[in-house]
Amino acid sequence: MANIKLDTPEKSFKTMESMLTTMEGRLAANPRGSCPVDTTLSMVKTCHGQSCGKCVPCRVGLGTVEDLLEKILDGDGTKADLVLLERTARSIYLTADCAIGYEAGRMVLDSLSAFRLDFEEHVEHRNCLRRQDQPVPCRVACPAHVDIPGYISLIADGRYEDAVQLVRKDNPFPASCGFVCEHPCEANCRRNMVDDAINICGLKRFACENSKDIPAPKRLPETGKRIAIVGGGPGGLTAAYYLQLMGHQVTIMERLDKLGGMLRYGIPAYRLPREYLDADIQHILSTGVQTLFDVSVGKDFTLKDLRQEYDAVYLSFGAHTSKHLHISGEETRGVVPAIDMLRAVGYDNPPDFTGKTVVIVGGGNVAMDASRTSVRLGAAKVYIAYRRSRADMPALAEEIDGAIAEGCELLELCAPDHVVTGDDGKVKALALRRQIPGPITGGRPRPYDSPDGLFELPCDLIISAIGQDIEWQRFSQQGVPVTRGVIQADADGTVTGTDGIFAGGDCVTGPATLIRSIAAGKVAAINIDAYLGYHHKLDFGVSAAVPHFIDRQPCGRCNIREREAAERKHDFESVGVGMSPAEARQEALRCLRCDVYGLGALKKGGHLPW
Amino acid sequence: MVNITIDGKQLQVPDNSTILQAARNNGIPIPTLCFLKDINEVGACRICVVEVKGMQRLVSSCNTKVREGMEISTRSEKVRTARRLNVELILSQHNMNCPTCHRNGNCELQKVCADLGVDYTSYPIQYRQHPWDNTFPLIRDETKCIRCMRCISVCDKVQGMRVWDLINTGKRTRVGMVQENCTLCGQCITHCPVSALRARDDSEKVWQELSDPEKIVIVQIAPAVRTAWAEATGMPREEATPLKLAAALRHIGFRYVFDTNFGADLTIMEESAELLHRLQEPGRYQWPMYTSCCPGWVRYCKLDAPDMLPNLSTSKSPMAMFSAITKSYYAQLLQVPPEKIVNVAIMPCVAKKYECDVPEINSEPGLKDTDYVMTTRALARMLHVANVDVASLKPEPFDDPLSEGTGGAVIFGTTGGVMEAAVRNAYFWVEGKKPDPDTFIQWTWRSNEKGTWRDCTTVLGGTPVRLAVTSGLANTRALVDAIRAGDVQYDFVEIMACPGGCSGGGGQPIHAGEELAWERGEYLHKLDRESELRISCENPYIQQLYKDFLGEPLSEKAEHYLHTDQSQWTI
Repeated sequence: MANIKLDTPEKSFKTMESMLTTMEGRLAANPRGSCPVDTTLSMVKTCHGQSCGKCVPCRVGLGTVEDLLEKILDGDGTKADLVLLERTARSIYLTADCAIGYEAGRMVLDSLSAFRLDFEEHVEHRNCLRRQDQPVPCRVACPAHVDIPGYISLIADGRYEDAVQLVRKDNPFPASCGFVCEHPCEANCRRNMVDDAINICGLKRFACENSKDIPAPKRLPETGKRIAIVGGGPGGLTAAYYLQLMGHQVTIMERLDKLGGMLRYGIPAYRLPREYLDADIQHILSTGVQTLFDVSVGKDFTLKDLRQEYDAVYLSFGAHTSKHLHISGEETRGVVPAIDMLRAVGYDNPPDFTGKTVVIVGGGNVAMDASRTSVRLGAAKVYIAYRRSRADMPALAEEIDGAIAEGCELLELCAPDHVVTGDDGKVKALALRRQIPGPITGGRPRPYDSPDGLFELPCDLIISAIGQDIEWQRFSQQGVPVTRGVIQADADGTVTGTDGIFAGGDCVTGPATLIRSIAAGKVAAINIDAYLGYHHKLDFGVSAAVPHFIDRQPCGRCNIREREAAERKHDFESVGVGMSPAEARQEALRCLRCDVYGLGALKKGGHLPW
Repeated sequence: MVNITIDGKQLQVPDNSTILQAARNNGIPIPTLCFLKDINEVGACRICVVEVKGMQRLVSSCNTKVREGMEISTRSEKVRTARRLNVELILSQHNMNCPTCHRNGNCELQKVCADLGVDYTSYPIQYRQHPWDNTFPLIRDETKCIRCMRCISVCDKVQGMRVWDLINTGKRTRVGMVQENCTLCGQCITHCPVSALRARDDSEKVWQELSDPEKIVIVQIAPAVRTAWAEATGMPREEATPLKLAAALRHIGFRYVFDTNFGADLTIMEESAELLHRLQEPGRYQWPMYTSCCPGWVRYCKLDAPDMLPNLSTSKSPMAMFSAITKSYYAQLLQVPPEKIVNVAIMPCVAKKYECDVPEINSEPGLKDTDYVMTTRALARMLHVANVDVASLKPEPFDDPLSEGTGGAVIFGTTGGVMEAAVRNAYFWVEGKKPDPDTFIQWTWRSNEKGTWRDCTTVLGGTPVRLAVTSGLANTRALVDAIRAGDVQYDFVEIMACPGGCSGGGGQPIHAGEELAWERGEYLHKLDRESELRISCENPYIQQLYKDFLGEPLSEKAEHYLHTDQSQWTI
C-alpha cells in the first residue's frame, strides 16, 4: 500500500479555528486608546509563533524585534534602538523567505512610520501618548457620541420613551438613525470579543417604533440671539434643535420645499419610511424653530445680509450635484444622475420605468438606492455596473444583498466606456470595459482596462451614481473660502477667516453619512453658543439604568429581518421588519455595559464633552 | 427591601445596597482592598469577589447591587482560592520591604494578607521602579503601588483636580501625574492603602538639629494636630490633651514648645483688620476677600485660579506668622541672634512643606522663618523613636510669653473656623461688644451640580457682610466658579483644600476607610466652647506683642513680618 492517507482535520484544530475567529473579533474591537507600540509587539509575537523556524530573519529577527519593543515599552529604549528596530524590520522584510516573515517585517515598518510619535514618546519620556480615558468603545466610535449603553439599558427595562429621549440628548434623529445609520459603533463593540456586536442600530429603531412621542425638554430662558441656518438637512436641523433648546431663536433657510435634505430627497422611503423622518423633524420643530422655504443664498439674499441680520450663521447644505461620468455620449437623453432621479421620487413625482432596462453605474449606497428604486419603478431589468469587485464596494453589505435579492444584476469589474446612442437620439446601450484588479493602493486593488474586454450592454436608461459634489460656486462668490470643492472651516466649525459664520456636514467634508452631519450640527451648536458668550448645558432628565445582573455568556445576535424580496420590490414600504419585544430585550441584555464594568467603573462615560 | 441569602443566612436588606454593604451590615465580613465608600467603588483588586448562584463567574461585591432572591456565598472554596490568588498576584508586583515601610502595621495589604491567610506568593516578585523627585513634598514609590486607583478617584471626585491618572497600557499600566497642578493637599496619601504615596519625611534633619548644642530648636503645633497626635497609640482623644503633647515634645528634646494657636490669634488680628480696612474702601479691591492660611488653597489659586490671587488676604498663615515672631520678637527676648533659632512646625498638612520653603515668605532675605515642617504622622514616629510613653505623660504648660491661644484660634483646625474667629474679632472691634460665639454665625448649606458650600450674612457696623466657607477642592472649584460667574456674591470667603479642613488634612494619621475630619473638628469646637477667652484680641500675650513690638494691626512692622504677596510665591 502506498504511504498516503486522506487528511482528516484533528479535533483540536477546530478549537484553534474557533480561537482564531474569536481573536478576529477581539482585534476588530481593539479598544481606543490602546498603545500602538504594545499592539505591534503582540502582533509580532503572534507572527513569530507562526514561524516554522527555517530562515534566519524570521526565526531570529522577529525575536530581536520583540526584545527591542519590550525594551522601548519598558522605558529603557534609546533613539539608537529605534534605528536598530527599523533596520531589523527592513532586513526581515527584504530577506525572509515566506510571507510569515516578510509580512511581519512590513507590519513593523508600517507601524514605525504611522506611529512615529508614539515610539519617540516611549523612548524620550518613558511615557505613552495614549490614554485609555474613554472607556465606552461604541460611544467613542459614534461621531455624535450618543450614550449607547445608556439607551440600550433603558430598552432592556422596557423604558422605550426614555431610551429615545436619551438618544436625543446627543442626536435629534433617533428614528432616522434607527433606520439608516451606518453604525460605526457596532464595529467597535466590545461584544465582538464574545460573539458578535450588539445590534445597536436595530435597537434604536425598535425603541422608536415602540414609543409615543414625548415633548422636547423645556427650553432654557430666551437669550434674544438669532441664528440663521442655511440648509434644512439633518446637520442644520440638529444645530437648530440644540440652539433652540439653549434659548436662541433659529431660522432655517431651505432651498427646496420640505425639510430633511438627503434623508428626504436622497434616501428612498423603503429604507427610511417617511412617517419616521417626519416624526424626527416634527419633534425638532416643536422647539420653535422658524423656517423659510424656496430660498437660496445668492438668489434671495447674500451671506452678508444674513450675517448682518443674525447673530450667527451656520452653513449646512448638502452635496446635491452629481459627478460626471466623463465618457462620450454622456449628454444623451436617458443618461440620468441618480441624485435627480431620487429627488424626483422624494418630491412624490416618480418617473415610470415600466418595462425598461436600466444600468446603474457605481458601487456606493446611492447606487444601491437608485437600483432598488428602479426595480420599484417597474424596470424590467436592472444592472449595477461597478469597476471594482463586490468586496471593494463602499455600499453597506446589506444594501448590496438587498439589491441582488430584488433581482438586480451585479456586473463586477466593469467600467463605463461610452454611451451608445440609438437613431432616436436616446440611449441604446452602455459600452462597458472589463477591468482587471491590479496592485493594491489605499487598501483596494486599483482596476485597469482589460485589453479585449469591451462589450455593449443594451439598455434604455443609464443612471450615474459615482458620487456627488457640493454646489460651492454660489458661496465662493460670496467670499466663502473653498478648497478642493468644499468649504474651508476650522475644527470648531468656524468658516476660516470669518467672524460668526460656521459650517459643517457634507458642505465641509464632502458627501458623508447621516451621523457625521448630526455630529457636525451638534459641535456647531456648542461652538455657536460659546461664540455668543454662553456655556449652556442641556438637561434631558434621563440617564442609564442599573445593569441587569446576568452572566454574560455567548449568545446569538438578533438581526432585522427583511420582507420577502418578491413582495417588497413592488412597493416603497419599509424593507426591514423591526425586532419583536422579546428579540429586543434579549439583544439589549447582550450589552456588556462598558460604561459600568471594566474601565467604565473608574471613568464612567469618560470625560466626553456635552 | 429584598430577600437574599448570604452563606445560608436569610436576610432582608434595602434594595439599593451592594452585596458588600448587605453582608457587612449583617455581620458577615468581606475583605476589600481597593474599595473606598462613595469614592472608589471600581472593583479593581477583585479581592471582594463572591459567588452568586446561577452565575459562572464571580462578581465583585463592592459594586454589585443585591437582587431579589440572590443566593450569595462569601466563603466557598471557589471564592477563597480566587481571592487568595489575586492577593498573590498583587504581592508579586509589590516591594515587600515591610520592616522599613512607613505603613508597617497600618497597611491594608498586610491586613488583607492576614485576613486571607496569605503567607507567600507563588509567583516571582518583580516590580518596576519609576524615577521620582524625592525633594518634592509628596513622594510616590512605584515599587509599592498596587494600582487600586484610589488616588485617581480621590483626586478626581473629592478634589476635582485629576492630577493622577493611568499611564501606559497592559502590563505596564501605572499611575502617574498627568497634570502639573498638584496642590499638595495630600488626600491621595491619606487614602492610599499602602505606602505608594507618602509625605517627605524631614525628621532625620530635625534630629540632627536637636543634637546641635549651638541651636535653639523651637517647635509649634498646629490646632488640628491636637485632635489626632495620639491616635496611633490608641489613647482616647479627650485624654491626649495639648498639654500632654507639650510634655511629649519636651521629652523629645525641643527647647521651647509653643502652640500655633498663638499664631492663629495673630492671623485673626491682621486678617480681620484687613477685612475691615478693605470694607472701608470697597472700590479699591477685588471681592470677595479670601482667607489665605491654607497653602493647598494658595497653590490651587496660583495654578488654577490666578485671576483670584488679588483677592487673597495678604496675612501670612498662623505657622508663618508664629515663625516670623520667634525669629524677631522672641529672639530679642531671648537675646540670641535669630540664626541660632530653628523653627520646627508640626502640621496636619503636606502643602505646609511647600509653604515653609517658599523664599518669598521669609521676613528677612536669606533667613528661613520656618525651617522644617513635619506632619502629624512624622510626629507620631518621632515619639516612638524617642521612647515617649504617652500613657504616663503629665501635662506641662507651653512656654511663655507666646503660650496663650483663644478658642477662636483652636477652631482654625476645622472648616469654617477661621471665618468664625475672624468675624468674632471684627464684630468685637466694630460693635465694641462680644458676640455670643455659639449662636453668632448660623450657616446655610448651598450647592450646585458641582459642589457644596455654606454661607451666612452678618452685620458689621450697620453693613451686611456676606460670608461663605467651603472645604475640599471640588467644592472650592464650584464656589469659585459660581463667584466668578456672578451666581453668588460674597464679601469674605474661607477655603480649606482638605475636606473638613485641617483636621482632615493630608498630614494627619491614616485610618483605612474612615473619614475622621468631622469628628476631630467637633473636638476642636468643644475645646473652643471650653475656652475662657474666645476672641483673638482678648489674648493678653497678643496685646503685649502689639504693645511691645508690632504697634497695631497693619502697622509697617506688622506688614513686614506678618504679610506676604502670594502672587510672588515661587511654585
